[in-house]
Amino acid sequence: MSTVAQKKGFLAVLWDYLTTVDHKKIAILYLTSGGFFFLVGGIEAMIIRIQLAVPDNNFVSAGLYNELLTMHGTTMIFLAAMPLLFGFMNAIVPLQIGARDVAFPFLNSLGFWLFFFGGVFLNLSWFLGGAPDAGWTSYASLSIASEGHGIDFYVLGLQISGAGTLISGINFLVTIINMRAPGMTYMRMPLFTWSTFVASALILFAFPPLTVGLFLMMFDRMFGANFFDASMGGNTIIWEHLFWIFGHPEVYILILPAFGIFSEIFATFSRKRLFGYAAMVFATVLIGFLGFMVWAHHMFTVGLGPTANAIFAVATMAIAVPTGVKIFNWMLTMWGGSISFTTPMLYAVAFIPSFTAGGVTGVMLASAAADYQYHDTYFVVAHFHYVIIGGVVLGLLAGTHFYWPKMFGTMLNEFLGKITFWLFLIGFHATFFIQHFLGLMGMPRRIWKFLPGQGLDMPNLISTVGAFFMAVAVIVLLVNIVITQVKNVRVGNDPWGDGRTLEWAIPSPPPFYNFKQLPLVRGLDPYWIEKMEGNTKMTPAEPLSDIHMPNNSFIPFVMSLGLFIAAFGAMYQVSWRASEGESFVWALPVLIIGMLITIGAMAVRSLKDDHGYHIHKEDLLDDEEGGRE
Amino acid sequence: MDTQEKFTSRTWPESPEKTTLEGKNKFLGFWLFLGGETVLFASLFATYLALKDKVPGSDHYLAIDMYELPLVFIMTMLLLTSSLTSVYAMYHMKNYNFQKMKIWLVVTIGLGLAFLGFEIYEFYHYVHEYEHTFTSSAFGSAFYTLVGFHGAHVVVGLGWFILLLIRNTNRGLNLYNAPKFFVASLYWHFIDVVWVFIFTVVYLMGMVG
Repeated sequence: MSTVAQKKGFLAVLWDYLTTVDHKKIAILYLTSGGFFFLVGGIEAMIIRIQLAVPDNNFVSAGLYNELLTMHGTTMIFLAAMPLLFGFMNAIVPLQIGARDVAFPFLNSLGFWLFFFGGVFLNLSWFLGGAPDAGWTSYASLSIASEGHGIDFYVLGLQISGAGTLISGINFLVTIINMRAPGMTYMRMPLFTWSTFVASALILFAFPPLTVGLFLMMFDRMFGANFFDASMGGNTIIWEHLFWIFGHPEVYILILPAFGIFSEIFATFSRKRLFGYAAMVFATVLIGFLGFMVWAHHMFTVGLGPTANAIFAVATMAIAVPTGVKIFNWMLTMWGGSISFTTPMLYAVAFIPSFTAGGVTGVMLASAAADYQYHDTYFVVAHFHYVIIGGVVLGLLAGTHFYWPKMFGTMLNEFLGKITFWLFLIGFHATFFIQHFLGLMGMPRRIWKFLPGQGLDMPNLISTVGAFFMAVAVIVLLVNIVITQVKNVRVGNDPWGDGRTLEWAIPSPPPFYNFKQLPLVRGLDPYWIEKMEGNTKMTPAEPLSDIHMPNNSFIPFVMSLGLFIAAFGAMYQVSWRASEGESFVWALPVLIIGMLITIGAMAVRSLKDDHGYHIHKEDLLDDEEGGRE
Repeated sequence: MDTQEKFTSRTWPESPEKTTLEGKNKFLGFWLFLGGETVLFASLFATYLALKDKVPGSDHYLAIDMYELPLVFIMTMLLLTSSLTSVYAMYHMKNYNFQKMKIWLVVTIGLGLAFLGFEIYEFYHYVHEYEHTFTSSAFGSAFYTLVGFHGAHVVVGLGWFILLLIRNTNRGLNLYNAPKFFVASLYWHFIDVVWVFIFTVVYLMGMVG
């Protein structure tokens, strides 16, 4: 079989992507859909900033504003940041550990399609009677009282996409534990793989509480239960606990892979081994543990009492220690290194002060007594945007530039990349630095408008101008992507020239089986070791032999589609407004049909044997270059 | 190793569920999934404990008024025994004795169905005798959600066993389906463990007020 590209029609390509189980193609699916939702969430953010640009503004109505802020947060966390990170994990982690694919290629595809349909369902709320409006935290005291189907979209959409996330988390854990190449011990794994590993463990233990919380909310709103109805004995604080038991680890699920990306970038562009590798691994694991013990710091003002507040305050401050270890290790990696300031490196360098600023305000917020002052002000908004944008988004942008050649075989333009970087960095600090002071002056978060003459006018205007800088930066990035793909200048294995880990030892993009022969790993940064010894290729760990590959499958798409259909049924079997008095008779059948589609697809998957296929040794020998066009 | 290879009881590997890479992955992935399930049930238990006996008025029945230990004891025995019989089934699977494995799995399914019958009777009893329903109070919602989630797991486990038996009834054992049987029995044990906690936290603690 020759892999010389045959010209394929659009439909053939589409069908290929709908049925693919290849981790590299699923990565591209994650990257495009995550990127799309990032733009949607970004537009929502821009509308928020326009509304707050001047006092007493009427750009959007109060109700629409609530929907915008809710959807901005929900979209950015669940539908943009997480899928984009999953994109890089999928693209890179199997390559870094020397595997031919993830442990469960079928589940990998299922995870993506569940996320995708959940995200689409959530965003359809804009066109079907109004989006959720109780904030991304959707506290039960607000969301139970929210009229219309907005909250139902939130509950069902997140339930579906959350199931996909859980599946992906388990998949990465098993992949990293079972699929490492010969010689790739745990303490030789690249930091991005390590952080993916810890983040996946957090997903495994953090998502079930969210699942339960969403179930309770779904039962309350759609099936007449009373978990959060105080007049029936219910208690809304249960939602807050369940949400934050999930929600706090969630921020580490986001930031740890970003830490991983930065670790790779610092080592690569300083041309040095990562300083304090063992300490970095230990700090990552420690952050993962501590991340589960701090959720109540989001609830200091609920009234859990001074003992609980004190314990959670101390635990929260303790996280600053392993994080500080990491910050110093990154700086010492650069120390004495032969640094080249490529676009990814610029992001990495800018990340250190930006994220540290977010960390410092984090410790301020962790002081329970002081938090009574900061709580629900723009100080909190500034804090979490500093950690999420200054950490996660800078990491995603850095990763986009760094891994683009490995994923697509082309280099993004460095000049445009640096323009994006500077515009984004300046815009980010202009938008959010001033919000610390807005918060300290007492501006509450989630307000629709503010009055003139309270000292809030100028800072808010500056903040809005900053947001436009970020918007322009993103547009430049999109232009860069289009130009790069149109020019289509192909690059080789190691386009940055200083790749250290296994992914740079194979073609860009890699052939669909990744490694013709599994590589022998002889230490940390295995490709660098081979390069230092004058080798151009990895030493193979096995003779050339047949490769077992999984078959493509359309079943994951059908399973997810079934849940998507069922969600409409579950939602419309209750009617909220008097005008909708005619209850929807079609709703219950739709719910049942949707569930039957999903269960039927599961049965087909279970009953039909799928043994995959083999690529034969002779075909591999023919395929000398090993790359696809 | 080829997954469709024919074996004899002499060539059958010691741990057929972990002999292939696919089997090993499935084995580990399922254990991790059960870790997530543990957290899921922990959240449900916490919710139940927070809402236990939380009712809107004094005319509602509380846990101590409703629960009957003899019934729950029979259910517990049924489920514990079914866990034991699934161990027998896996013992025969490891010894490449397909017929005996099938027999013990059928016994397991029978015990599971009996458990499910008692549970349905129990719910029916509470609804009709005590007007304790899913929507009558926060206590009701929490009770039926926790015990009902467990019941739904029993239904899934039974459906899984039945589907596996139907699909493989004429095929015998190979390295492709051995991990499937093994993982299904792991799931069944997990359901049993959760029930032990429900018996303790819901029923025993319910009896002491």
